[in-house]
Amino acid sequence: MHKDSLLRRFWAEFAENRVAVAGLLVVLVVAAMALLAPLITPQNPYDIGKLVLGDARRPPGHVGSGGYVHWLGTDAQGRDLWSAILYGLRISVQIGVVAGAVALVIGSTLGVSAAFLGGRVEMLVMRFIDLQLSFPAILLALVLSALLGQGKTQLIIALVTAQYAYFARTAHGAAAAERSKEYVEAALSTPLPARTVMFRHILPNCLPPLIVVATVQVANSIALEATLSFLGLGLPVTEPSLGMLIANGFQYMLSGRYWISIYPGVALIVLIVAINLVGDQIRDQLNPRLKR
Amino acid sequence: MTQPVLEVAGLATHFFTREGVVKAVDGVDLSVARGKVLGLVGESGSGKTVTGFSLMGLIDPPGKIVAGSVKLAGRELVGLSPDAMRQVRGRQIAMIFQDPMMTLNPVLRIGTQIAMALRAHETLSNAEARRRVAAALGRVGIPSPEERLDAYPHQFSGGMRQRVAIAIALINRPDLIIADEPTTALDVTIQGQILSEMQKLCRERETALIWITHDLSVVAGLADAVCVMYAGRIVEKGDVRAVLERPLHPYTIGLIGSIPSHNRRGVPLRQIPGMTPSLLRLPAGCPFRTRCPRADAACVNDIPPQIIDGREVRCVHVNAMSAA
Amino acid sequence: MVGFLIQRLLQAAVVMVVISAMVFVGVFAIGNPIDVLISPDVTQQIRLDTIKAYGLDQPLWRQYLTFITRLVQGNFGRSFVFNMPVLDLILSRLPATLELTLAAVLGAALIGVPLGMFAGYRPDSIAAKLLMGLSVLGFSVPTFWIGLILILVFAVNLGWLPAGGRGATVSVLGVEWSFLTLEGLKHLLLPALTLSLFRLALMIRLARAGMREAILSDYVKFARAQGLSEAKVIWGHVLKNISIPIVTVFGLEFGATLAFAVVTETIFSWPGLGKLIIDSIQSLDRPVMVAYLMLVAFLFIMINFVVDIAYAALDPRLRAGRA
Repeated sequence: MHKDSLLRRFWAEFAENRVAVAGLLVVLVVAAMALLAPLITPQNPYDIGKLVLGDARRPPGHVGSGGYVHWLGTDAQGRDLWSAILYGLRISVQIGVVAGAVALVIGSTLGVSAAFLGGRVEMLVMRFIDLQLSFPAILLALVLSALLGQGKTQLIIALVTAQYAYFARTAHGAAAAERSKEYVEAALSTPLPARTVMFRHILPNCLPPLIVVATVQVANSIALEATLSFLGLGLPVTEPSLGMLIANGFQYMLSGRYWISIYPGVALIVLIVAINLVGDQIRDQLNPRLKR
Repeated sequence: MTQPVLEVAGLATHFFTREGVVKAVDGVDLSVARGKVLGLVGESGSGKTVTGFSLMGLIDPPGKIVAGSVKLAGRELVGLSPDAMRQVRGRQIAMIFQDPMMTLNPVLRIGTQIAMALRAHETLSNAEARRRVAAALGRVGIPSPEERLDAYPHQFSGGMRQRVAIAIALINRPDLIIADEPTTALDVTIQGQILSEMQKLCRERETALIWITHDLSVVAGLADAVCVMYAGRIVEKGDVRAVLERPLHPYTIGLIGSIPSHNRRGVPLRQIPGMTPSLLRLPAGCPFRTRCPRADAACVNDIPPQIIDGREVRCVHVNAMSAA
Repeated sequence: MVGFLIQRLLQAAVVMVVISAMVFVGVFAIGNPIDVLISPDVTQQIRLDTIKAYGLDQPLWRQYLTFITRLVQGNFGRSFVFNMPVLDLILSRLPATLELTLAAVLGAALIGVPLGMFAGYRPDSIAAKLLMGLSVLGFSVPTFWIGLILILVFAVNLGWLPAGGRGATVSVLGVEWSFLTLEGLKHLLLPALTLSLFRLALMIRLARAGMREAILSDYVKFARAQGLSEAKVIWGHVLKNISIPIVTVFGLEFGATLAFAVVTETIFSWPGLGKLIIDSIQSLDRPVMVAYLMLVAFLFIMINFVVDIAYAALDPRLRAGRA
C-alpha cells in the first residue's frame, strides 16, 4: 500500500518531464523492436545463405532481389540494413542489460559487504576499488577482451570487470552512511542475524543511488560494447552488433556510401540518448539536494 | 528632527511562483534618520529579510518590486538602472548577513575581499588599497590587521569573520547599513561585543542602521525605533521603549509575552497559537486574525495603520486596546 | 607540506608496484604469445628456442622478477612485432598522443567552462537549455561515431579538412609537433574535436552545477551587496570557487582522454600510442601492452599527484589541514 503510493508519486513526478517520458517511450519501443526482431524484419541477416552479393552496398530505397525495398540500404555483404540494425540492437540491448545486471549484483554485494564488515577488509576492498576507478574503464575492457578473445561471454566478463567498481563505490557509500544510522544500530542489537540486517535494512536504502548508476552503466555498456566491436575486439563476425556494422561500413564511407555506417549509428545513439534522458530524470528525482 | 536619510513608502515585493503570487512584502512604510537605529522585528517568513533585499535592489526573479518608493537621501532608488543601483550598493547602502561562515568567500584572502569592495567604487593603487583595508580591519577591532590581510576566512573565528563583514560594509562610508540578524549565529558574549561595536561605529559616522532580527531583546538595547512585521506588513511601529513597554498590536503583545523573563518565573510562557500563515493563502483583512485572541467580525476588513500616541498600529481594535 | 608530498610519493610508489604485478599477471597469464610470434608449422626446436630467447619458459614469478628488475632499469624489453626496444617505440609515439589529448582537454575546458558558467547563470534561457540538450548528446554519442560523422561531413562532403594522418610536423627539442604548422593544425582539428566532445559536455555540466550553486550562495549575495559588478562577482569570486572541482575533473579526465585516444587514433590513423596499443593487442605483442599499461598507470598516478597539489593550492582550507 505504502510502497504503491510511493511508486505512483515517483511516476507522477517523472511524468512532469516530457523529455524523459519520451526517452522512456523510445527505450520501450526499441527494446520491443529488438525483442521482436525476427518477426518484423524482412530478412534474417545472419543466414549467410540468404545473402545475395548483387544486393551489396545498395543505397536506401533500393528494391533488392528479395523483391522487397531496402529502406535503409544494404551493407557490404548485401544484408538488409534495417534487419541488421534490429538484430544488432538485440545483441546490444542484451549485452548492455546482462553486463549491467551482473555488475550491479557483484558490485553492490561487494560494496555493501565491505561497509558492513568494516575494518581492514573494508579498507582493502575499497582501496582496490578506488585504484580501479582511477583507471579508465575502456582500457580495462579493451585489454581484457583482447586477452579473452571474441565472444559474448568474454565480452560480458570484460564489461563487468570494467564496471562493477562503480556499483561497489556507490553501494559502499550509501551503505556506510546507512550503517552509522541509529536504526541499524538498533537492529543489530536485536537477536536478528547480521545477514538479515544487511539485506533487509541496509540494502533497500542503497537502492536509489544504485538504480541511477545502473541506468547510466547500461547505457555505458552498450556504448562500450559498440566501441570494442568497432575496434574489432568485441563480438565475432557471426554476431554483428551495431558497433561492427558501423566498423564494416567505415571503409565505404570515404567513397560516399554513408548509409552503411550512419544508420546503425543513429540507432545506437537514439537508444543511448533515450536511456540517459531517463537516467538523468531519475537522478534528479532521487537527489535530495535538488528537492524544493 | 532631521530629514530622514531613508524613506520607504508603500513598498511591495511579490514573488511570482508557479503556485501563485507570494506577497512577501506588501505595503511597507518606514524611515530612518542619520545616526539612528531602526529595529525590524518579525518571525521568519514575515518579510523582514525581503524588505532588506528590496532596499538593496537585490531581488532575484521570480521576485519583483511591484509598487512603492525607496528614497535614499532624497533620491528615488526604485526604477534606477542596474548600473546606477550597483553604484548605490556598497557605497550608500551596505548590508551584513546572518551567517559569517557563509558570507565570506572561502577561497579568497580576507584582504582581497575587502579590497574588492573598496575598488568597486574607487580606483586605487595597490599600496593605497592595502593601507585602507588594514585600517578598516583595525577599526572593527581586529588585532595586528596588516598581518591578517593575507589570511583566509577559515583561519578566523565566527566573531572575527563577522567583524570582517562589518569592515567591508563600513569601508565605503555608506549612509545606511542593513544588518540582517548579524549576531544570531554567534556566541552570546561575542553578540554583545559586536552589538556595541556596531552601535559605536554607526554613531561616530552618523550612519543609519536597520537591524533586522527576530529577537526583541536585542532591539531593546540597540534600536531607537522599532517596526514589527507580520506577513509582509508592518503591524506596529514606534519608539522602541514605548512599543516594548506598552505594545498595542495583539501580535506585538504576543511576541513580548513569549519572551522568557526573570520577573515572571514559574508562570508558564505564553505562546502565540497557530502557525505563520502561508503567504500564498493569506486570510482576507488582517492576516493575523486567524491567530489573534481579539479577532472578531470587524477584522475581515483591511484597515490602514492607525496613528495613536505617536505610533502606528495596524489593528481595528487599537483604540479599545489603548484605552484599556 | 613537505611531509604531505613525501607521503603522497610513497603511496604512489606502492600503487605502482601493485599495478605492475596486476598488469603483468593479467597480460602474461592469459593468451600465448608464442603462437603469434612464429608460424605454427616451424619445427619444435625453433619454437623452443624462441620461447627460451624471450624467457617464456620461466615460471611466472621469475618472469615477473626479471620484468620488474628490467623495468627499474628502464628496460621494457623488445617488441615481438617491431623488434625494437619497447621504450623507444613508445616514446616515439607518445608526443603525438600527448598533443592530441592536450588539445582535446584544453579545448574542452576553455570552451566548456564559460559555456557551462553561462548555462548556470541563466538556467532558464533557451541557450542554456539548448546547451544542456547538447551535453546529453555529448555524453551519449560514442567517440568513434562522432569521429565518423566529422569525417563524413568535413572530409568527405565538404573536403575542408583531411580525414586522417598527422600532416607536416615541426621538430622542437627533438620531438615532432603538428600544431606548429597550418597543415598540422588542420590534421589535428578533427581528431581533437572528436576526442573533446565528451569532455566538453562534462565541463559544461560541471561548470553549470558549480555556477548554479554559487549564485545562490551568501558570499555572492554579499559581493553583490558591496556593489561589485556582475563581471567582478563572476570572474573574481565564483570562478575561483568552481575551479576546484573543475581542476580535479580536468586532471582525471586528462588520463581518461589519454585512454580514449585509442579509439580516436584508430579512426583518424593518428600515429600515436593508441594506434600502437590496438595493433599490439591484435598481435598479442605483450611487452608493448605491458609497457603501455604501465605508462598509462604511471601517468595516472602522476596526474592524481598533480591534481592533489593543485587542489591544495586552490583550496586554502585543505592547505591548512595538510600543512
